[in-house]
Amino acid sequence: MANAILDIQHLKREFKMGSETVRALRGVSFNVQPGEFVTIMGSSGSGKTTLLNILGCLDKPTDGDYLLDGVNVKNLSRNELARLRNRKIGFVFQSYNLLARTSALENVELPLLYNSGITLHERKEKAMKALEAVKLADRMDHLPNQLSGGQQQRVAIARALVNEPVMILADEATGNLDTRTSYEIMSLMQELNREQGKTIVFVTHEPDIAAFSSRTVTLKDGHVVKDSKNENVKSAKEALDSLPVNDDY
Amino acid sequence: MNVINLFRIAWKALVRNKLRAFLTMLGIIIGVASVITMVAIGEGSKQSIRDQLSGMGSNMINIRPSSNVTVGGGARLGASSLQTLKVEDVDAIKEKVNFITAVSPGLQASGQVINGALNWPTTIQGVSPDYLPVIREWKIKDGLNFTEEDVRTMAKVCVIGQTIVDNIFTNGQNPIGQTIRFGKIPLKVIGVLAEKGENTFGQDQDDIIIAPYTTVQKRILAVPYVQTIYASAVNEQSSDTATQEITAVLRKQHKLKGSDEDDFSIRTQAELISTISSTSELLTVLLAAIAGISLVVGGIGIMNIMYVSVTERTKEIGLRMSIGARGIDILLQFLVEAILISITGGIIGVALGIGAAELVNVFMQWPILISESSIILSFMVCAVTGVFFGYYPAQKAARLDPIEALRYE
Repeated sequence: MANAILDIQHLKREFKMGSETVRALRGVSFNVQPGEFVTIMGSSGSGKTTLLNILGCLDKPTDGDYLLDGVNVKNLSRNELARLRNRKIGFVFQSYNLLARTSALENVELPLLYNSGITLHERKEKAMKALEAVKLADRMDHLPNQLSGGQQQRVAIARALVNEPVMILADEATGNLDTRTSYEIMSLMQELNREQGKTIVFVTHEPDIAAFSSRTVTLKDGHVVKDSKNENVKSAKEALDSLPVNDDY
Repeated sequence: MNVINLFRIAWKALVRNKLRAFLTMLGIIIGVASVITMVAIGEGSKQSIRDQLSGMGSNMINIRPSSNVTVGGGARLGASSLQTLKVEDVDAIKEKVNFITAVSPGLQASGQVINGALNWPTTIQGVSPDYLPVIREWKIKDGLNFTEEDVRTMAKVCVIGQTIVDNIFTNGQNPIGQTIRFGKIPLKVIGVLAEKGENTFGQDQDDIIIAPYTTVQKRILAVPYVQTIYASAVNEQSSDTATQEITAVLRKQHKLKGSDEDDFSIRTQAELISTISSTSELLTVLLAAIAGISLVVGGIGIMNIMYVSVTERTKEIGLRMSIGARGIDILLQFLVEAILISITGGIIGVALGIGAAELVNVFMQWPILISESSIILSFMVCAVTGVFFGYYPAQKAARLDPIEALRYE
């Protein structure tokens, strides 16, 4: 479809390891429409990290086409890829990757520093708005080590939102968090998806996380083995409410 | 990415690691400070050597008559018997030559100087008032120099050297205001020269009487010419230019044709000048070498820390790349960090160096001269050091693969 955010066709990625060729992706095709919340599942070795790197414009496919918001990545230089990452993609990592000894606000401002079209005033305003969107407006002067894991991940999500990307690309974003915090993050993701229409591509290997998304693409040995709409999307907020109340210790 | 953002990013990265940034700077700070201090001490002593040498007359130019004519069977006449230099020549030189600070006629006479019962054989030198303070840079210890008015009126006044005082004012009498006689001419002593001691030829420089040239010319020698013209070049380097100008003026004054030989000769202190310049050059080269070494050491410190920093911040680099930093952005960030370290270190070093030089001056009484050129030079070397030693680590950072960098633990 023409207006798909992501459109990948027969994507192949091979790595040369000495004399052997490792075929990580062996012809993957699917697309993501605006406003979708897609999880990409797969066990380790399924090729999901390779796919994520390509989706994130950090890597280029050996063969096949990848159109991000209508732009074919294949023909772009390293610098053009960097620009694409800056303008169209918001990354959320498993280990947050916040800059240490840097306030939440400055961490969120970071992508805007690489966008010369943004003035100092706009930058601050956008960063504050993004922090509000993740409900951390009152923590903007805190340093990462003064924030909990969940809060740090929310700062990271704010950083992913600040450039108004066409897609949020999350890599095991709940992998370092306990169940409760994971649900909090998923609840936030669902909210962003539902209320602000953000397109989210979420890579995970946990089926209960995938249950919060509207669609799941499952990879195995470099192929898409399953691509199904999730008819019965679980609400992360309800899941959160149903958790037993934590003992304070 | 715009330049302001670039500096902001680099600055924030440095502030995040204040201690490390400071330790890295330390090499540059010490390097620059020692350069500034040493150059200040070097220049200070150079200046004081130069002052002493100028006191010996390194700027002095002597013009004497020389014979371009032969008499009888081709025998040339000695300079003392020539009468070609006139007071008008002095005036012409004063008016037309640019590279001199002062010019004075010179007439010498020998004779006995008498004070009451005491007498002493000496020389009287007739000159203009500029001769002592400007041409010879010779201070008057007591009393005053004579004036243009004294020259005009052929005043019977004189300034005497210490040897004269020692020989004819033996009873501790104050010579100022006393009248002595040179031959038959009574002269009132109005000043005593500071002691100069012997010159390099063992001649007692203090054994002299200085008087207005008109007094010596008209009252003592009664001649229409002058024996010598003394001039003082603006500085050692302009001696040659001044000599050329004086030659042109005097040839015109004496109406010499193109083919005629000069009827005068000009002598400068060429040997003294070349000694001064070679000494100063040696000093400058030595200091430049020290400057170079200390800054290279500082630069290696920067490179070392920047390499460590790139490795340590691999993950940060990966993150920056993943959110849209291009290779060039990363390169410039690390380069600007290196430059900020070296320039900040340079500023602190300059301040510290000036302070240390002042301390040396105050506590050790060594002469110092803080030259702007040494500050500007070491500062520029700092910036260049930052670029040069910051480039390789920065390039290493820029070439990282974002995927690998993100995965780096």
